[in-house]
Amino acid sequence: MSERVIPAWSLTADAAGSIAIPAEWPERVTRDWAIADATGEGVSVCILDSGVDGDHPLVGGISSAVAVSIDGEEVVIVPDDLGDVCGHGTACAGIVRSLAPACTIHSVRVLGEGNTGSADMIVGGLRHAIEQRYDVVNLSLSTTKRKFAEMLHDLADSAYFGGTVLVASAHNMPVESYPWRFSSVISVGSHEGTDSWEWFANPNPPVEFFARGVDLDVAWYGGSTINATGNSFAAPHIAGLSTLVLSKHPSLTPFQLKSILYLTAANTGGGP
Amino acid sequence: MTGDGTYQEAVAAGMLPSEESHRALLQSIVDVARAIFGAKASSIFLLDHDTDELVFEAVSGEGAGDLIGMRIPSGTGIAGWVLVTSQPIVIDDLSQDPRFSRDAAERTGYVPTSLMAVPLVNQETSLGVLQVLDRAKDRNVALGAIDLLILFANQASIGLDLLQTARRARAVAERGDGPEAVVARLAALLERSEDDAAALRLLESLETVLTRLVE
Repeated sequence: MSERVIPAWSLTADAAGSIAIPAEWPERVTRDWAIADATGEGVSVCILDSGVDGDHPLVGGISSAVAVSIDGEEVVIVPDDLGDVCGHGTACAGIVRSLAPACTIHSVRVLGEGNTGSADMIVGGLRHAIEQRYDVVNLSLSTTKRKFAEMLHDLADSAYFGGTVLVASAHNMPVESYPWRFSSVISVGSHEGTDSWEWFANPNPPVEFFARGVDLDVAWYGGSTINATGNSFAAPHIAGLSTLVLSKHPSLTPFQLKSILYLTAANTGGGP
Repeated sequence: MTGDGTYQEAVAAGMLPSEESHRALLQSIVDVARAIFGAKASSIFLLDHDTDELVFEAVSGEGAGDLIGMRIPSGTGIAGWVLVTSQPIVIDDLSQDPRFSRDAAERTGYVPTSLMAVPLVNQETSLGVLQVLDRAKDRNVALGAIDLLILFANQASIGLDLLQTARRARAVAERGDGPEAVVARLAALLERSEDDAAALRLLESLETVLTRLVE
């Protein structure tokens, strides 16, 4: 493979065979043990994004929806009946639903009219999601504003110790962004495969896992379905898989869950 | 005295390349992006912080000419999502998105099928969005293509940042009859002077007088 100019925070098809990780354990954690027959029942998943169209057939209903806005210095959280202002949040919800059909989905919309406070909205939305004690929060977004890094870091640690799993999409932009870089978050890049049930552990963090993010048919704005590519679609795959693991093993901490994902990845010998 | 670097900014404004030069840089970026991906169009949006709108700053291919200066709300839609979330995205059958299709048709009559969009970020500030529309069908969406577009986006970000800095500096120069504007106009005159030596001698004399006044 030719040398890449920018860091490989995604996994190309020809590189998949080169990241085998030896993982010898006295007793093997298998994918069957982790997720077989799991449905996501009893697990709450929050989609922090552009809103979710709960009526979309691929989403199959949501349990709550709020919108985040900024009024002066105040973060305002109100019930949201606007649905999805872009389509992306609906796509993420649809992916989670496809893997974990019985989970409950909650929308926290941080995109809307007036973007000047967007990083504040992301921080405010994440704080709300953690306070609600959702089991899994999907963050297919990041901010490049350094002044929010510390706040997000503290929130990510609160989630980690409080039992909320944060799954965030990574990206290859030549600037640092957050929160996906934090070790208390599960960060996800794309592989080029077409199997939604295939994931890889990355031996070269900060990106920790690769999941399906290329050439996907996803739910979208106005009840439509589109074909899309991006790390932001890889994250909800790991969010959905995490939901399955937690529905079968509800007492797992975020640390234990990340370890289970590692041990059952395709390149650690834990895959099917 | 201002003591905050305003004079230096004003002097810089007098010596800056023209708005046209910066536009040419952005135009070359969208032209090359379009060529590399064999695309029908490529465009750069700049975020107007005051109005929360995305403004077309450069367009290559379909829509070129008509779209420059056109504004769209930044809080909704795909470009808005890319801007706010700092996440690149590729969509391959846009015609399925009813709002995107309607808006595109209203703006240009041209409804693209596919779109690649990456955020333009300089330092830590979101500046806008770079889009490539309807890339050639034989160019698949391999991850390498997104990496390539991100490299281009970095170049576009630098160009956009230069453009914005130049506009701010020019605004200082054009602010009216204040001392900064006078300094900027003097700098601009010096830049345009055909007799550099004479102009410089004059300004050096002025500098000597001013220095004595300050001391």
